[in-house]
Amino acid sequence: MAKVLQDLKYTKDHEWIKVDGNVGTVGITDYAQSAMGDVVYVELPEEGQEVKAGEDFVVVESVKGANDVFSPVSGTVKEINEELDGAPELLNEDAYSHWLVKLEVSDRSELDSLLDAAAYTKLVEELEAEGH
Amino acid sequence: MKRTLMYERHVAAGGRMVDYSGWELPVQYDGAGIKTEHLNVRSKAGLFDVSHMGEIVVEGKDAEKWLSSLLTNDLTVMHDFQVQYNIMCNEKGGVVDDLLVYRYNAEKFLLVVNASNTDKDWEWFNKHLPAGGVTIGNISMKTSEAALQGPSAEAILKKIADFDPSALKFFTFADGVTVGGIPAIVSRTGYTGEDGFEIYAAWEKGAELWDALMEAGEEFGIMPAGLGARDSLRFEAGLPLFGHEFTDDLGPLEAGYGFFVKVDKAGGFTGQPVLKRQKEEGLARKVIGFRLEDKGVPRAGMEVANDAGEVVGWVTSGGYCPSLDTNMANICVKTPAPAVGESLNIIIRDKPRKGVVVKAPFYDRRYKK
Repeated sequence: MAKVLQDLKYTKDHEWIKVDGNVGTVGITDYAQSAMGDVVYVELPEEGQEVKAGEDFVVVESVKGANDVFSPVSGTVKEINEELDGAPELLNEDAYSHWLVKLEVSDRSELDSLLDAAAYTKLVEELEAEGH
Repeated sequence: MKRTLMYERHVAAGGRMVDYSGWELPVQYDGAGIKTEHLNVRSKAGLFDVSHMGEIVVEGKDAEKWLSSLLTNDLTVMHDFQVQYNIMCNEKGGVVDDLLVYRYNAEKFLLVVNASNTDKDWEWFNKHLPAGGVTIGNISMKTSEAALQGPSAEAILKKIADFDPSALKFFTFADGVTVGGIPAIVSRTGYTGEDGFEIYAAWEKGAELWDALMEAGEEFGIMPAGLGARDSLRFEAGLPLFGHEFTDDLGPLEAGYGFFVKVDKAGGFTGQPVLKRQKEEGLARKVIGFRLEDKGVPRAGMEVANDAGEVVGWVTSGGYCPSLDTNMANICVKTPAPAVGESLNIIIRDKPRKGVVVKAPFYDRRYKK
């Protein structure tokens, strides 16, 4: 089964976020990278861009197709992971050590509606049982 | 959704199953993926389940003449047991489908058509069927098909066939042979730009055929390959896909496949007047090759603009090419089309991304002729 880390929050759309103070580090999950397949390009937002929770703000292009990534929470883009520019395949190698974006989180209460590791594990198990 | 008899094999091999024209087929396999499967076909061998393809038998004293009236290529040059690529056009010169024609003799042919078009083709054939002299049979659901593709395909097939596949020339076929003891039709054809074979057997022999080929290919490093690799391989090798390079509106000359269209063919064919006029008067638009130099991945349907910002066309197929490690596109542009080396832009998520016109196909096909 796809890997799920304990200390992260998750969305139903397979993003993860780790919050430290007001900074949220966002990435895609192991399940997401596996479903997308070989990643060939990651289109990241501009630093300073404001995003709303649920808004598509990153595109991960795999050989198979383009995949929208949705922001788990509202905030302002503080930093983007430029390492992915030359090596997008890092997402396939380890989707949890290679983040996409760091956000200045504007409303911490939005974190409460995200899934914890147990709930996300259950979701992934269900999807995998269905053969997805 | 329909399943082929190789379905269980795909699931066991980690196939990610998707809906393709009503068929549940693997897009890729876990542990490999499109890129790996693609490169393995280019370097060793891949096995594709193409049982979803449609097969139609045409028989009767007028079989050749009737087919000729529907298809763009010259059927009179065919020998028995030869295969010919053909395009079937509508009255406006657009495409109904592209297909392979297997000639047994002048009175018996097997047609292999796209899965997504099998029902439409069947209706089209019935609509155009004469009162006598031709009978047609749809054996799509009675036929399993596997495509064995790659430089090791011949050696793999040789192990388990009851004939010498090296004697089978490009675009010819054998019937009444066996593969792994299974009665089969084998043609030296494919959709990857590599040497290879397409193998047809009775529907109920599907899983057995799959197993026999995978087992024979093991020592050669064969891998199962899904729909994703099938598409990236054909795209790179400059092979058209219905719904992309061909549509009911975009015709074979516009798409760049005029070689298969004999506009002066005796007896005529559906769409001929329009195509003949296009050839004589010139095309209003045409499909050309394009390499994206900016970052991003072109995808079918995206707009193409010149440097002045004027939209001049659209992407018919696009994507990352694993063998070239570049992002390429087929683009349909209005004429006069820019020459090789000239720049154009693909509009990706509202931003123009620059690239250059290149020669197609992008990958040099390696058929054994």
